[in-house]
Amino acid sequence: MVFWITAIFLMLPLLVLLLYSFNAGRSFTWTGFSLVWYEKLFTESGQLWQAVWNSVIVAVVSSLVSTVIGSLGAIGINWYRFSYKPYTTSLSFLPLVLPEIVLGVSILVFFNMIGLPLGMVSVIIAHTTFTLPFVLLMVMARLSEFDFSIIEASRDLGATEFQTLVRVIIPISMPGILSGFLTAFTLSLEDFVVTLFVSGPGSSTLPLYIFSAIRFGVTPTINAFSVLLILVTVALAVSAQRLLKYLIKA
Amino acid sequence: MTDIPTQQGVVRVIGSDVTVQGVIKSFGDFKALKGVSLQINKGEFFSLLGPSGCGKTTLLRILAGFENPDSGVVMLDSSDILPLPPNKRPINTVFQNYALFPHLSVYENIAFPLRLRKTSAKELDARVWEMLDLVHLKEHVNKKPQQLSGGQRQRVAIARALINRPNVLLLDEPLSALDAKLRQQLLVDLDELHDAVGITFIYVTHDQAEALGVSDRVAVMNKGEVLQVGAPHEIYEAPATTFVAEFIGETNTLEGTITKVEGDVIYIDTQGLGIVEVTAEGNWQVGERVVHSIRPEKIRISKERPSHEQKDDNVFHGKVHERIYFGHQSKFYVNIDSGLKFKVFKQHVNYMDMGPLIKWDDEVYVAWDADDGYIVERVRA
Ligand SMILES: Nc1ncnc2c1ncn2[C@@H]1O[C@H](COP(=O)(O)OP(=O)(O)O)[C@@H](O)[C@H]1O
Ligand SMILES: [Mg+2]
Repeated sequence: MVFWITAIFLMLPLLVLLLYSFNAGRSFTWTGFSLVWYEKLFTESGQLWQAVWNSVIVAVVSSLVSTVIGSLGAIGINWYRFSYKPYTTSLSFLPLVLPEIVLGVSILVFFNMIGLPLGMVSVIIAHTTFTLPFVLLMVMARLSEFDFSIIEASRDLGATEFQTLVRVIIPISMPGILSGFLTAFTLSLEDFVVTLFVSGPGSSTLPLYIFSAIRFGVTPTINAFSVLLILVTVALAVSAQRLLKYLIKA
Repeated sequence: MTDIPTQQGVVRVIGSDVTVQGVIKSFGDFKALKGVSLQINKGEFFSLLGPSGCGKTTLLRILAGFENPDSGVVMLDSSDILPLPPNKRPINTVFQNYALFPHLSVYENIAFPLRLRKTSAKELDARVWEMLDLVHLKEHVNKKPQQLSGGQRQRVAIARALINRPNVLLLDEPLSALDAKLRQQLLVDLDELHDAVGITFIYVTHDQAEALGVSDRVAVMNKGEVLQVGAPHEIYEAPATTFVAEFIGETNTLEGTITKVEGDVIYIDTQGLGIVEVTAEGNWQVGERVVHSIRPEKIRISKERPSHEQKDDNVFHGKVHERIYFGHQSKFYVNIDSGLKFKVFKQHVNYMDMGPLIKWDDEVYVAWDADDGYIVERVRA
């Protein structure tokens, strides 16, 4: 029973969306089945696709960068001694607890101060900033399962520090690195608040574009696009889960 | 490093001498090693024995290169190894928790050291199988460490540490995580392995039975200091300090003042037991305070007073306070009339003990020869 109520509440909006994407008319009255909005989606929606492209670029680049920095940071925090370590660690998690709006404002102010023009680069940097702690957290969680002695064993058996990093530390943290990357990617893709502050002309991401499009009245093209997006997301989520399972088993 | 092929095809590597001189190591205010010196010979099975926290692991970590001593010298043969990082030292370690790589199979764990250097695929495979053969793990090559039993993990750790053909193998309590029966078996295996590879083994343990059982020589440590170095029987029969006497096996120690010296027979007036007779070499003076030790298995226990035909130099009367039966022997705790508690072990040599059974609360005599006692040390006033 509870299941069905939950399912209906969750699915109903999606069903409405699905239904109206096939509506021939523009308004919320059903005027007949049509694929016209799907057609328009692929013929007359250049701006939308530009936004999709921007989102993908931002998500790929920022999540890659935060995965690299976050993973190395986690390894450093977990297994190497350096000065001010506790402060560094807590500071790294600050973006995680700050309200997004505060984060957005502060990043914007900072960019203004250093004179960085708003555009793709600023969006990518901002996204890297707020996705970094997630990667850090996930890789650290993974590393905490292991004892430092395996690092010493590697050195003892003849590995240099670099060989130890490549042959031992990175392989054992891989599940954490991958889930960190996926999380960062998803968070970047769907971010609205921070992006709103730091995007400039030509660097609108998908959430920003949809929001501004809706403000000028509902375009059923967006409905059609959303349906498409849901399908792609589900497909990606399923394959990502399979991949993770496979990697963890291996 | 000299390689000598043997009949079994196992390559014998002759180990190195290890010299440790005046090594001091502190952690903050705490002195973990207070000037340790050791001379370990090529190919020796050498044990570091001492209670937990006495600095054994710290010394091993200094040898392996994970810690730097505050001062002191560590040499392999005649070269200083302290400037070398761990990966440059011809020394490998079997870690206390084995520290196997969880992401690699048994095969890859053992192959790890060879993969770091340019080794031809053929040579690598041959050497890994040689090691698998040596530690009897051929059936488990494809398993991950998590799928192995404790004893198997330990063998992977040993194979992995040996494949580089180090001059010295360090083993940090490699048996402590295993159950008692398995420990005995693996100890024998380890001894055979040592004979097969011939390199220097430095074996850390807090278990005196392990150390005495397999070592050529043992260093007994306490509180960051080496108290005595010697062959197992020397450590047991001629302990250098009261700590060593009491830590290695069980013993009864008595403190007293020498009252008479007749050649090598010495009479000690002990607290609680009266005059005890002991034979001891060396220069002893009347009036010196000494610690005397008599091992429980060297004491005879009987219901009747021992006849004088038997050579019993020390005979005391008491009451059995407790008897613990172990099958092969019984342990008696005897309250001597004077109030002293004495441990006596009686080995059950015959099928069902002949003679009257000694039970709890029985009146008994305990007796031992002057030859079997030992003066451990002088007590400094
Ligand atoms: N890295 C360290 N920092 C502080 N104290 C340490 C460190 N390593 C060891 N110690 C201390 O040094 C002493 C000796 O430790 P250890 O060598 O591990 O003893 P053992 O192996 O004989 O049990 C212990 O009291 C331990 O707490
Ligand atoms: Mg230890």
